[in-house]
Amino acid sequence: MNYIGDVIKYGDNVDTDVIIPARYLNTSDHAELAKHCMEDLDKTFVSRVKKGDIMVGGFNFGCGSSREHAPIAIKASGISCVVAKSFARIFYRNAINIGLPIVECPECVDETNEGDRLEIDLEKGEIINHTSGKKYKTNAFPDFIQEIIRAGGLIQYIRNRK
Amino acid sequence: MGMTMTQKILAKSSGNKYVTPGMLISAKVDMVLGNDITAPVAIKEFEKTGAEKVFDTEKIALVPDHFTPNKDIKSAEQVKLMREFSRKMGIKHFFEIGQMGVEHALLPELGLVTAGDVVIGADSHTCTYGALGAFSTGVGSTDMAAAMVTGEVWLKVPEAIKFNLIGKPGEWVCGKDIILHIIGMIGVDGALYKSMEFTGEGLEFLTMDDRFTIANMAIEAGAKNGIFEVDDETLKYIAEHSSKPYEVFTADSDADYVQEYTIDIGKIKPTVALPHLPENTKPVDELGDIHIDQVVIGSCTNGRIEDMRAAAKILAGRKVHKNVRCIIIPATQNVWKQCLKEGLFDIFIDAGCAVSTPTCGPCLGGHMGILAEGERAVSTTNRNFVGRMGHVKSEVYLASPAVAAASAIAGKIVSPAAIMD
Repeated sequence: MNYIGDVIKYGDNVDTDVIIPARYLNTSDHAELAKHCMEDLDKTFVSRVKKGDIMVGGFNFGCGSSREHAPIAIKASGISCVVAKSFARIFYRNAINIGLPIVECPECVDETNEGDRLEIDLEKGEIINHTSGKKYKTNAFPDFIQEIIRAGGLIQYIRNRK
Repeated sequence: MGMTMTQKILAKSSGNKYVTPGMLISAKVDMVLGNDITAPVAIKEFEKTGAEKVFDTEKIALVPDHFTPNKDIKSAEQVKLMREFSRKMGIKHFFEIGQMGVEHALLPELGLVTAGDVVIGADSHTCTYGALGAFSTGVGSTDMAAAMVTGEVWLKVPEAIKFNLIGKPGEWVCGKDIILHIIGMIGVDGALYKSMEFTGEGLEFLTMDDRFTIANMAIEAGAKNGIFEVDDETLKYIAEHSSKPYEVFTADSDADYVQEYTIDIGKIKPTVALPHLPENTKPVDELGDIHIDQVVIGSCTNGRIEDMRAAAKILAGRKVHKNVRCIIIPATQNVWKQCLKEGLFDIFIDAGCAVSTPTCGPCLGGHMGILAEGERAVSTTNRNFVGRMGHVKSEVYLASPAVAAASAIAGKIVSPAAIMD
């Protein structure tokens, strides 16, 4: 499965409070959460994000709270994949568990600009920047995690096991 | 090669003799936790699995503490969902308003978590229970749902960082100053994916409340968990609070650490984290004049009885500055009752503070003390991200209860010594 889209780029330590502020956590409705995604960091995000766009971030992306509402809001906003230099660990788990593809690649992040067109091949562990023409290798997920992703998330994985 | 405390607990709970960092394991859990923000999502995911019952009705704790007492209709609906699920499944540890407290203060107090346990919670500050010598980590709602079905969680065995604490803390220095100092030193991703293992002769000067505060903020350094070596202080706490069986795991002398720090806690000064990251730390004496609008004393980080006593010691016979609102939130009903018994509420109210029923409330900008544009707070909570406590242009300075109380009196951020000497 390949993900192709235009880049929306942010810096280091994008925290879960700016991804989805707690004042909106009295619901878990996906569309409602998507309406407020990134609001406290970038008021223009919701109006400019297109289906399939790729979010790029720096170190420690998704730090802070365990709220699964953060990856849900990003996914529901139309983002197809997140590429960052590193992810905070709970966000990393949550993204895998709900089926939001995420990839760590510091070099790619450094050389990618807002608006670039990226293509991500999770199985091959490859990223192509179609704007610059550069290619990057990423670490493939361990088999166990690939199984969860193939199942479409942790819940389906558990159903399959039963 | 030997194993760390964390590795030993994970080996036992996954049925392995030996685990190494990077290994993916499935561990049996002793407690699964959720709150009124994360549990509703987990309950919906639980239902999707088709499971008809939970793995164990006594190993799940549901604590509605974030937006409670219900701040609006949507929050009330979320708690209603938890309540109905608890009744339907026969979950023993659902805590209604009147019994509930801030989850990470409540569970240890009731003895529901203990040394050697594997605890996962759909709340990032679940790492708090490492103070008891447990492996304890935050996860998301889907992980919580899966664990409620299977009683297990998938984990990658973490690498470890050792913190060897030496020395004796000075007056007005508590667990909060120590952990803020450490986060300032290693950064908000300084322990990313790793365990923080606390040991050393300095532990004898740290109370259990100090240790809960330190373990609580391990997540603010990116850590998977924080864990303390079990000593007499821990065993005394466990004996007073818990009847659960427990097991003490100690690190092997040849355990492998990717980094080791020796920290003289006697040299740490009262410390504050400036906006908008917990790593932006400075000794309070180096701050200059920073005027404030609000003080919050409470939360899973600093809402325990010693925190209340530290605040009361400074507020006794003094008045909160006319430009400051001071909000005090004991973390549990037991802490509340103890404050009442010791006369601390008389001190707080005479000083001009507002005292609230237990809630996470203002810590995450939920309710009970939201900041307006341009306002500045000193808070004993754990995060100072952009917009954390209210308006996107408000500011949060993280500090200990003593610094927060002193600042409430001064109207600006000051050290306790500035008020007391």
